[in-house]
Amino acid sequence: SFFGLVSQGAEIDIVLDGQESRKTAELKLEDGRKERLPLYYDGETVSGKVNILVKKSGTKLEHQGIKIEFVGQIDLYFDRGNRHEFVSMVRELARPGILTQGVCYGFEFVNVEKPYESYSGANVRLRYYLRVTVVKRLSDLVKEQDICVHTLAQYPDLNSSIKMEVGIEDCLHIEFEYNKSKYHLKDVIVGKIFFLLVRIKIRHMEVQIIRRELAGSGPAALNESETLAKFEIMDGAPVRGESIPIRLFLSGYDLTPSMRDVNKKFSVKYYLNLVLVDEEERRYFKQQEITLFRRAEKRRRPIANSYIEQAIFHHRTAQFGQQQQPTTRAQQQQSQATPPLTTPEDAAAAAISPGRHGDANNSAADSPELESGSTHVSPALPAARSAPGIKDVLGEDDDDNY
Amino acid sequence: MSNQQQQQQQPSATQRLQPKKQTMEDAYSPPANFLEIDVCNPETHGLNKDRYTDYEIRLRTNLPVFKLKESSVRRRYSDFEWLRAELERDSKIVVPKLPGKALKLQLPFRGGDGRFDDEFIEERRKGLEEFINKVAGHPLAQNEKCLHMFLQEQTIDKAYVPGKVRTT
Repeated sequence: SFFGLVSQGAEIDIVLDGQESRKTAELKLEDGRKERLPLYYDGETVSGKVNILVKKSGTKLEHQGIKIEFVGQIDLYFDRGNRHEFVSMVRELARPGILTQGVCYGFEFVNVEKPYESYSGANVRLRYYLRVTVVKRLSDLVKEQDICVHTLAQYPDLNSSIKMEVGIEDCLHIEFEYNKSKYHLKDVIVGKIFFLLVRIKIRHMEVQIIRRELAGSGPAALNESETLAKFEIMDGAPVRGESIPIRLFLSGYDLTPSMRDVNKKFSVKYYLNLVLVDEEERRYFKQQEITLFRRAEKRRRPIANSYIEQAIFHHRTAQFGQQQQPTTRAQQQQSQATPPLTTPEDAAAAAISPGRHGDANNSAADSPELESGSTHVSPALPAARSAPGIKDVLGEDDDDNY
Repeated sequence: MSNQQQQQQQPSATQRLQPKKQTMEDAYSPPANFLEIDVCNPETHGLNKDRYTDYEIRLRTNLPVFKLKESSVRRRYSDFEWLRAELERDSKIVVPKLPGKALKLQLPFRGGDGRFDDEFIEERRKGLEEFINKVAGHPLAQNEKCLHMFLQEQTIDKAYVPGKVRTT
């Protein structure tokens, strides 16, 4: 900030708690540069310290009060005066007084709500930041520190495939199919294109990922499309009856979750664009909207210790050749099943079953997507991540857990 | 349904979708998009000032939209101009450009044969061939009566009623 500089006699520094161990995320600034910011989730406490250094020892800094704010706001670039704050919290750090030397104030915004994900786009930006203000008579000293917020979603219950027949009458008929309609950011789009009628000379076919950002509302709304990826899936001329497979890994691209009418200010939608190009460079295309969501990351250690327990339990019974009676439904599944749990549904079942209370609560503390205070019976807990694969479970051959 | 059943049916995240089988006939028959148009055999007719050059337009296709699977007609440059104007007016396509009009070559006192020069005719022939292939392969242009009359009728009736061939 312009105001917090040497000429004003004081330097303000905001230090967040746990910054060394906290994960970071990259966000694009207005000028196109990328910045690495500490990553926070909804419901997480934002706390830290504010250091104010009086530059020249001996000088006095008289002020009308020092405060810190936590702000979440939406900026519409084309409407500069319009900054919409959807989260705004203030903490008073100091009453009016005089600073003669360096001083440090602690601050804590407990379980502060961060309802939307940080977003930096073509015509709109959503950001969260801390702002320290040293109020003075003529001009305030201000220092801002941005943070990045991610919102996590659980794996949707309903995720139907997309299947459609499209074409130009008597010229080109195709049937396209994508395996899902909702994909997480590290997912794979699996699909196929089936040719029913080909009376044009096709040279190649590609799939594109397009982001469409709608900023503002009404007549002033701005629509901005950006092609984020182009992926060729076919080279050459197909004939009737041919199927072309699609396998597009999303983790290689700079994607965000789909955002629907955020605070009634903007939307971000994603489309798959299937493009066929013929010998004369004519393009035939079909756009299909998909939903993208951010899933909690898989961890090396399984979320719930219960999985390890069950695996070890099964392992031990196999060793000693004893058939122990499973006491819970989840355990029963584990001992019968080979390989171990791999579906979100199984994970949910394990979480809900009695006797898992303690374990589920421990993982609640680790799991970043939960709001604090959620109970152990929430099926949203492990369902939001996929259960550990074979490697995770067998790798933890640790008797201490048992 | 038990979780165990679900688990065994769960495909890997990258597994292909099951494709339909293609019949042998579909795989090895001639493709349904066969369309070849040659602009060839330029001939200059007439004498002195009333000379003009025309070209053979030879078409071979298996597209059902063309009435004749093989056709041969003779057309001159002004016929191509007429076709381009008709398509620009009636169809929604962006019609490609024709090769040049040869105005410079028709100035008096120029050496050579002017617009009957072999080199010029060959350049023009290539341009016309490119033009007609681009246009005739366009699904929207294939709907226009003027294109079919140009390609497959022996004479162009400039007093025809413009319209579409397909009802869609």
